[in-house]
Amino acid sequence: MKALPRFVLPTAAALLLLATAAGSLFLGRVNISPAELLAGIVSPHASLAGLVVTELRAPRAVLAILVGAALGLSGAVLQGLLRNPLAEPGLLGVTNGAALGAVIAIYFGLAHVFAMATPLLGLIGAMGAGALTFAFGRTSSLTLILAGAAVSSLMAAFLAMALNFAPSPYAAYEMSIWMLGSFSERSWDHVALAAPFILAGMAILSTMGRAIDALTLGEVQAQSLGVPIDRTRVLVLLGVGLAVGAATSVVGSVGFIGLVAPHLVRPFVGHQPSRTLLPSALLGATLLLWADIGTRVIHTNTELRLGVITSLIGAPFFFWLLVRLRKLAP
Amino acid sequence: MTRLEASHLSVRRAGRAIVDDVSFAMTDGTFVAVVGANGAGKSTLLSVLAGLLTPDAGMASMDGAPVVRMDRRELARRRAYLPQNPRAEWPIAVERLVALGLTPQLPAFGGLPGGWEPRLSEAIAACDLTAHRLQPATTLSGGELARAMLARALIGEPQVLIADEPVAGLDPRHALDTMARLEALAAAGKLVVAAMHDLTLAARFASHLMALKAGRLVAFGPTAQTLTADLIGEVFDVEANVVGEGTGVYVDYRGLTDRG
Repeated sequence: MKALPRFVLPTAAALLLLATAAGSLFLGRVNISPAELLAGIVSPHASLAGLVVTELRAPRAVLAILVGAALGLSGAVLQGLLRNPLAEPGLLGVTNGAALGAVIAIYFGLAHVFAMATPLLGLIGAMGAGALTFAFGRTSSLTLILAGAAVSSLMAAFLAMALNFAPSPYAAYEMSIWMLGSFSERSWDHVALAAPFILAGMAILSTMGRAIDALTLGEVQAQSLGVPIDRTRVLVLLGVGLAVGAATSVVGSVGFIGLVAPHLVRPFVGHQPSRTLLPSALLGATLLLWADIGTRVIHTNTELRLGVITSLIGAPFFFWLLVRLRKLAP
Repeated sequence: MTRLEASHLSVRRAGRAIVDDVSFAMTDGTFVAVVGANGAGKSTLLSVLAGLLTPDAGMASMDGAPVVRMDRRELARRRAYLPQNPRAEWPIAVERLVALGLTPQLPAFGGLPGGWEPRLSEAIAACDLTAHRLQPATTLSGGELARAMLARALIGEPQVLIADEPVAGLDPRHALDTMARLEALAAAGKLVVAAMHDLTLAARFASHLMALKAGRLVAFGPTAQTLTADLIGEVFDVEANVVGEGTGVYVDYRGLTDRG
């Protein structure tokens, strides 16, 4: 497919995101008519409809946009850096690190002492895992992948241990359910905690375009073109650590968005890595909003969790990707 | 006038000298073929000259400035480097691949500014790739890809081109074509340094020849005077005749040297 003009895809993706975000404010478990919701938002007096939008649905939508964009952008940058179509944000260990931090908060009952303990410890866990990956993996792309895998497994081992020794069946349930990811009961406090880290991480990642373009030629040629490979690797790890670590610590593990978004974008931009960044972020946000809308409008007895939806849709995509890769490289 | 110099260069790996106390100076307008057996240190020497590898001792310098301490982008504008068997990792269009050669010239964000378009078309045409301009680079044949990578290296108009085995894996037609392009570059006043194994091609196209053996510089000088049967025997442990001269010269291998 021929690459579309430079501005077309970002514009289309931004419009789609806007429409989806607006839709997510009007759809939900509590069925309130759009007219009533609009009246609630604009009227100066507090009303149930107004509160549902400003205190429940708006923070949820903003968080979904931030987290989805962080995952989409991280996936695009990592796939470009490692030149590996299967690279995804969890690769560097920060996702499991965040999960471990959050689970520790639940394990010791800190979450019941103050509500923000879970995301706060999640953030610390993500930073710790990222630092560990950095310490062992900064020398080359291969060691980065290996260190990420090692850190991921280590965090997973601790997670399993926490579940094993859970103080009560209820705590074990709470931990495993947290790991499935959710936007329910997320407030503006969560947005305020995660947003600075996510935005800082995304700011770093968005400067990587020129470097990952040059990496299309391989590391040696990129380096000969003046790209500082070592610094690029460190900055990507830092950016992904901040953005994905903060994202995971507030909503739990959300798979596949970071893997899928860049692939959906790539054919439309002539496969040029730098041009996948912005559309991947916008599309990641849109996909996560859709997934969140799904958890709200699909009625089940127990809440359908976010991570379940993204995996249910993402895993078949993985098969499709495999078939396509097999076709490209027979 | 560009001058590329090495003074007492040494690179050691695991206690072994890969490049051992190598010194020389080369100037633009020459095409230097670097020859030597596998493992003689050709690739390592080229990496050091290109500023991609810091030597353990000695230094490589361009116009008197050590290359490892030059500004990366400034260095990238002045010399281009082509590794062995370069390949494209994503199916980007050939014109995008060639435009990547302008990375050190461009600002940190955005596409290719319109002013560069004529240069891009020119570089693509110069390497006979106009018909392949929008083709995904991953679908090019070996010879086409080699030309695309050469166009990538030359689009920024570097003064020095350092290429590691640019004709490895190419069929005779594409090998001759690539060598003619490198020769033309040198004739146009650039400095071309290329590692290679085909001594006949080196003899016909390169103005100068540099021979390495076990990391040491064995010979360096104008090709006609330097490439002799004795040198080939010393460097490769094979018996060979250098037959003819000028554009008709060829190297005839007769067998292994009996080292009994």
